[in-house]
Amino acid sequence: MIYEFLSNITGSEILGAIISAFLPLFLFILPFALIAVLLERKVSAHMQDRLGPMRVGYHGILQTVADILKLIQKEDITADANDKTLFNLAPILVFAGSYAVFAAIPFSSSYLGSNINLGLFFIIGISGIVVAGILMAGWASNNKYTLLGAMRSAAQLISYEIPTIMIVVTILMVTGTLNLKEITELQSGYFWNWLIFGGNVTGIAKYLLIPFMIVGFVIIYISTLAEVNRTPFDIPEAESELVSGYHTEYSGMKFAMFFLAEYANMFAVSAIVVLLFFGGYHSPFGYLGNTFGITWLIPIEQLLWFTFKGVGFVLVQMWLRWTLPRLRVDQLMAVCWKYLIPIAFVNLLIVGLITLL
Amino acid sequence: MTEKEIFEILKEKFGDSIIEFVEAQAGENYIKVSPLEIDKVCAFLFTDDRLLFDSLINFSGVDDANGEKKVNEDGSFDFIGGTLSVVYHIESLKHLHKLTLAVSVEKDKPDVVSVTDIWAHANWHEREAFDLLGINFLNHPDLRRILMPYDWEGGFPLRKDYKDPEFYRGMKVPY
Amino acid sequence: MVLKTEEMTLNMGPQHPSTHGVLRLELQLDGEFIVDVIPHIGYLHRCFEKHAEFMTYPQVVPYTDRMDYLASMYNEFGYAVAVEKLLGIEVPERVEFIRVIMGELQRIASHLVALGTYGADIGAVTPFLFCFRDREKILSLFEMASGARLLYNYIWVGGVSRDLPPDFLRLAKEFVDYFRPKIKELNDLLSFNKIFIERTANIGILPLDVAVNYGITGPMLRASGMKWDLRKDDPYSVYNKFDFDIPVGDGRMGTVGDSWDRYYVRIIEMEESLKIVEQALNQIPEGDVLSAIPKRIKPPVGQVYGRVENPRGELGYFIVSDGTVNPKRIKVRPPSFVNLAVIGELCKGHMIADVISVLGSIDIVLGEIDR
Repeated sequence: MIYEFLSNITGSEILGAIISAFLPLFLFILPFALIAVLLERKVSAHMQDRLGPMRVGYHGILQTVADILKLIQKEDITADANDKTLFNLAPILVFAGSYAVFAAIPFSSSYLGSNINLGLFFIIGISGIVVAGILMAGWASNNKYTLLGAMRSAAQLISYEIPTIMIVVTILMVTGTLNLKEITELQSGYFWNWLIFGGNVTGIAKYLLIPFMIVGFVIIYISTLAEVNRTPFDIPEAESELVSGYHTEYSGMKFAMFFLAEYANMFAVSAIVVLLFFGGYHSPFGYLGNTFGITWLIPIEQLLWFTFKGVGFVLVQMWLRWTLPRLRVDQLMAVCWKYLIPIAFVNLLIVGLITLL
Repeated sequence: MTEKEIFEILKEKFGDSIIEFVEAQAGENYIKVSPLEIDKVCAFLFTDDRLLFDSLINFSGVDDANGEKKVNEDGSFDFIGGTLSVVYHIESLKHLHKLTLAVSVEKDKPDVVSVTDIWAHANWHEREAFDLLGINFLNHPDLRRILMPYDWEGGFPLRKDYKDPEFYRGMKVPY
Repeated sequence: MVLKTEEMTLNMGPQHPSTHGVLRLELQLDGEFIVDVIPHIGYLHRCFEKHAEFMTYPQVVPYTDRMDYLASMYNEFGYAVAVEKLLGIEVPERVEFIRVIMGELQRIASHLVALGTYGADIGAVTPFLFCFRDREKILSLFEMASGARLLYNYIWVGGVSRDLPPDFLRLAKEFVDYFRPKIKELNDLLSFNKIFIERTANIGILPLDVAVNYGITGPMLRASGMKWDLRKDDPYSVYNKFDFDIPVGDGRMGTVGDSWDRYYVRIIEMEESLKIVEQALNQIPEGDVLSAIPKRIKPPVGQVYGRVENPRGELGYFIVSDGTVNPKRIKVRPPSFVNLAVIGELCKGHMIADVISVLGSIDIVLGEIDR
C-alpha cells in the first residue's frame, strides 16, 4: 500500500521501503510515546490528588522532551560482568519486536505498512520476539533481580499468549480471514457491525454472538494487559520487589528503548483490541467526508478514529495501573491457566457452534 | 502477685545463694540472680503455674562503671575490674504481674547463661548486649555482632571506658 | 539425566525500594520460594544510647525524636513518662491532655505511612499518596504547635515546650471531621480490594504463642488475637479517662494473625485514635503547661523502666541513674527491633513477593531498630 505509493513517488524501491519503514516511527510511535508518557504522569497525578509535572512548559507539557534530553545525555553504563553482546542486543530486539507489530496494523484505509494476508498471525508471531529480548536482558545483566524478572516475564508472556490466541481463533471463525484490513472492512458501516456486536453476521446468530464476543473482549483485554506488563500484571517489573525487573541494569538510551517499547506496546495491544472488536479505523457513525462529498477527508477521519479508540484503551490501562495492586506470580499464572484459558476454550466452542447455525 | 511474694516463691525453690532481693532508693526493686543460674530461674518463672512469666518485655545490658578508675596521660580513662549487669524485665500476660531480674558479672569474665531458648525475644537483645557491652552469653545459638559491623575489632562501644580505634578497614574513625 | 538444582542466595537491601530503609535481608531461595530469611541490621546505627550518656536528661529529648522518626511525638512522650516515673513528679492535667492529643494524632500519622507504604509495596501507588495527603494535614497541626514537621522536640520532661496555639483546637476538630470519611475511602480503594486481599490474607501468619514468645507488641500482637494495649492494660498519662476500643485481628479474610489482619487492625486503630482525639479536644482543661518542668533534673540513684504504647508497639526506656545530671545508661526497647526479629518465622515457605508483603505488615522504622 504505502510502500507502493512511496516507491512510485521516489522512483526507487529501496528508498520507498526505507521511508515506509521509518514513517510509523516518526509519525506515530515517537509522538505517541512522548504524549503517552506525559499523559500517564498527568493521569496518575490527577487520580492521586496532585498536580504532576508543572515546571517545563505550560502545565509541564514539555516534561517528556526534557526527560528525553536527560536520557540522551546519560552515561551508557555497561558493567564488567555483563555479557556485552547480549546486553547491547536485548533492547534493540525488544524494541524491534514491538515496532514490527506496527507494520501490519491498518491505521486507516489508505495507510497500512504491509497488507499481509496473515496479518493477525504475523502480529502474534513477531511480538514473541519480545520474550527473547527480555530473557536476554535479564540474563546478560548478570543480576539476580533481573534474572528473576526475566524468568517471570517469559513465563507470563508465553502463558498469556494462549488465551489471546484462543480469542483470535474465535474471531477467525466469525470473520474467516486473518487479513487485518479485511477484518476491518467486515466491520464497516455503523457500530453495530463491530465484532463486539457480532459483526456483519445476520439473523439470530448475531444476537447470540454478542455475549460471547463481550466475554472474548474481556479475556483478550486482560491477557494483552499481561503481555505488556502493566499493573495488575507488572510482575516482571515489580518495582517494590525486583527493583525494576529485567531493565534494572540499563541506563541512558538503552533504558529509553525499553521504555519506548513499553509505550509502543501499550498502543499496539490496544490497536489489536480495536481491530478485532471495535471496528478498527471505522467510524461508529459514518463519515463527514461522505456527507460533504470530500473523499480525501475519509482516510484522515479514519486515522483519527483509530487513534481515538486506541488511546481510549491506553487510558483504561493507565486507569487500571493507578488503581489496582499487583498480583503475585503464582496468582498471575492461576488467573491465566485456571480461569482465562478454560473460559476462552468454552467461548471458542460456543462461538463455533453459533457460526455453524 | 507482688515482687516480694514472687521472691518468697523463688527463695523457697532456689535458696539464698542464687538470688537476692534488692530494694531500690528510687525507681523499681529487683531480684539479683547468679549469672550462671539465670536460665534455671527464668525457666522456673516461665513454667510455674503461679508465676507464668510468658513475656520478656525488655532486656538491657549495663556497664556499672564501678571499677577502679585509672586516668591515662591523654585524658582518657580505663576501669580496672568492675562489673557488667544484665537487667531482665519480665511480665505475665496471664496473671498481669511484672518482675525485674538482674545479674551482675565480672568484667574480666563476663559469662551469662542465655535465656534465648525460653524467650525467643532475648535472641537479638543478647546479641546487642554482646555487641555493645561484650557480655558473653553461654548457649546462645547465634552470638554475632548485630548493630556494629561483623568484623569490628575496636571493642565494645557502650562500655564506659571505650575508646574509638584509629582505623577501621583503612578508614579513619575519629573525625 | 538428573538436573542439578541448588538454592540461590538473594541479597535484598540495604538499597532496595521496599525494605523501608537500610535493612538487608539475606534470602535463601528455592526458585521463588523462601527457605530462610536472615535480617542484617545496623546500617543506621548512630549510637543513641552512647550519646545519651553524655547528655543531661532534658538534652536527650531531641535524640529520641530521631529514633522512630515517623512517631517522634510518641518517642518523646515515652521518654517523658519514664523520666517522670524516675523523678516521681506529677504533671498538670492540661499537659497530659496535650500529650494525648499529640500522641494519638501521631499514631494516625504513623499508621497512615504504614498503610500507604504497605499499599505501595503490594503495587497500589494511589492509596500511598492519599495517605500522605492526609498525613500532611496532621504534620501541619504539629508544625503549628511545635514549629517542626518531623522532629518536634515538643514534649519535655514535666511538660511541653509551649502551649497550644489559639487556633489549634478548632483546626484539630476540623481535621477529625475531615479524616473520618477518608478512612472509608481507603477501605474502598485498598482494604477490600480483591487483589489486595489475595496478596495479604493467609500470608505471614503469626500464631499468638509465637508472638508472645518473641515479645511482639502493638498492632502485630493484636492482629494475632490478643487484646493487649498498654493504654488500657498499664494506663499511663490520662488514657483511663477516654472511652475507646482495642481492635484485635479476627481472621476475617483468612487466618487470625495474617498480614491482612495486621493491616486492618491499624485501620481500626486510626478510628479509635480519632475517638480519643475528639474526646480529648472536648475535655481539655485550662492551665499552665510549663509549671511542672524541673529546673535541673538530677534523679536519685536508681533505675526505672517506663513504657508506652507507641504506634508500632511497646516503646520502653530503661533508665539507670547514678545521681548525676547525666543518665548512666538509657536502654531503649524499640518495638520495631523486637517485631522484626520474627520475620524469619513469618516468611518461610512463602514467595519473594510475600517477603515484601510481610515486611510491610510488620511496619518497621530502621531509625529505631538501629538507633
